[in-house]
Amino acid sequence: MNKPRLVLSASPHLLGADSTPRIMMTVLLSLLPVVAAAIYTFGPSAFLILCASTLGALLPEKLVGKQGSLKDGSALITGVLLGLTLPPGMPLWMAFLGGFFGIAFGKLIFGGLGQNAFNPALLGRAFLQAAFPVAITTWPKTGGPWMALRGDNFALPLMSPQVVDGTTGATPLGLFKFEHVPTSTSSLFFGSTSGSVGETCAWIILLCGLLLAWKNYLNWRIPISIFATTFLFTGVLWLIDANHYPSPWFMLFSGGMMLGAVYMATDMVTSPTTNLGCWIFGAGIGLLVVIIRIWGGLPEGMMYSILFMNAFVPFLNRATRPKVFGAPSRAELRAAKRAQKQEDQT
Amino acid sequence: MGDLIWILLSTMVVNNFTLAYFLGLCPFMGVSGRVETAFRMGMANIFVLVLTSICSWALNTYVLDYAPYLRLISFIVVIASLVQIVEMAIKKLSPTLFQQLGIYLPLITTNCAILGLAIFQTNREYNFFQGLFFALGAGLGLTLALVLMASIREDAERAAVPAAARGMALVLIIAGSLSMAFMGFAGLGSAA
Repeated sequence: MNKPRLVLSASPHLLGADSTPRIMMTVLLSLLPVVAAAIYTFGPSAFLILCASTLGALLPEKLVGKQGSLKDGSALITGVLLGLTLPPGMPLWMAFLGGFFGIAFGKLIFGGLGQNAFNPALLGRAFLQAAFPVAITTWPKTGGPWMALRGDNFALPLMSPQVVDGTTGATPLGLFKFEHVPTSTSSLFFGSTSGSVGETCAWIILLCGLLLAWKNYLNWRIPISIFATTFLFTGVLWLIDANHYPSPWFMLFSGGMMLGAVYMATDMVTSPTTNLGCWIFGAGIGLLVVIIRIWGGLPEGMMYSILFMNAFVPFLNRATRPKVFGAPSRAELRAAKRAQKQEDQT
Repeated sequence: MGDLIWILLSTMVVNNFTLAYFLGLCPFMGVSGRVETAFRMGMANIFVLVLTSICSWALNTYVLDYAPYLRLISFIVVIASLVQIVEMAIKKLSPTLFQQLGIYLPLITTNCAILGLAIFQTNREYNFFQGLFFALGAGLGLTLALVLMASIREDAERAAVPAAARGMALVLIIAGSLSMAFMGFAGLGSAA
């Protein structure tokens, strides 16, 4: 077929090489080091959990998703991200259920990719937290043989998992909250602590995040604003009473802060579209995390803060909508309306 | 004072009437299609809740000591009739305000959130000012939930929602998700 000489189409006419599958694949590739670190830290359990949650996420996408939506890789990313936020010793069927719920009720029901209001991976995790509060807060001890399972991964549905005494540990956040034992920043940074599958190794997540930010696949304003708010808020509290409150570095590198700020909050669909909106979004997450971690009933609040701010995104988009070039500003519109009203009355 | 602020904030976010206690679901589901109307509904709710708080405080302090078994009935009767009277007064005195609130006022006078507030307030033995802040917090919490829900719904209207989930089904699922997001605040303030 001849190449058409004249192409009539609507703008935009300049197209980049980026496409949804390409972006998703890059994000997935950037997750590989995180996954590798997870498996290095938690052994076969981490691998099994990641597989289960990913399968759970792919299944509904395959069954009811639109034609070809499985291939864009977004469900794959949701599954892997969910797996990275779960404790390694969790029964596999729960991880599967979480992935299934996240994609089915967090994404497909809204009409698929790009239309969901909440981050599907986090919604899946929030569902698991509500349904299985014990299983999702049972953390493995660090150390021990690499090949050993970190919990009763193969517990059957509706059976209570067999937890052997002396095999459970505590996360740095849990230790701080309930026993008031701080963990050194370096062990948080290099990931030798207990915690969820993929959240313990801060420096790898940061590096991968830098790569994505450089490729412009995530809006760097969101993580920066989360980190800055958390650091400043905790810093002020810490300066007031260093014995009672954790140090800002501890807050920054513990729990799901890194993974959440780099991979969850920056989800293109569920973060604001304007830059100002992104700053506010990040600041909101930072504030809420500190509030929940310090005064809340739970040791970790990253997931809930992001979900909560997700709910504000449509509102933020509306509130921070930029002025259309040449259009009257809001103040001008209001003045015109007032003048009109006065004219009507007289 | 700190006590009052704490009551206000905890009722607004931690123990949100709609998303944690599941009270007042009818306006939450029914009038959350538009941000504008949802906001007005919220304002009307604040108004009625504050009236309720004052009424139930007055009833509890001056009347119900003599006949505690009439508590529920007298709450309903007094609140509903008072709101009707206030509505008539507003209609006469300020037609603009009436237009802003008007249609919503009769809708919510017998709402479960309203009765819930009166009962909670009685059970927790709040004094006048505590009750007032409790009502303000509950109203602000309802407004927050309504506006969030409405803004998400407005966006979802443009989404290709599958036929099976369109309408109220999607609203219920969004409500569930919102409620899960609010679960993070559970136990806030009890630890420290």
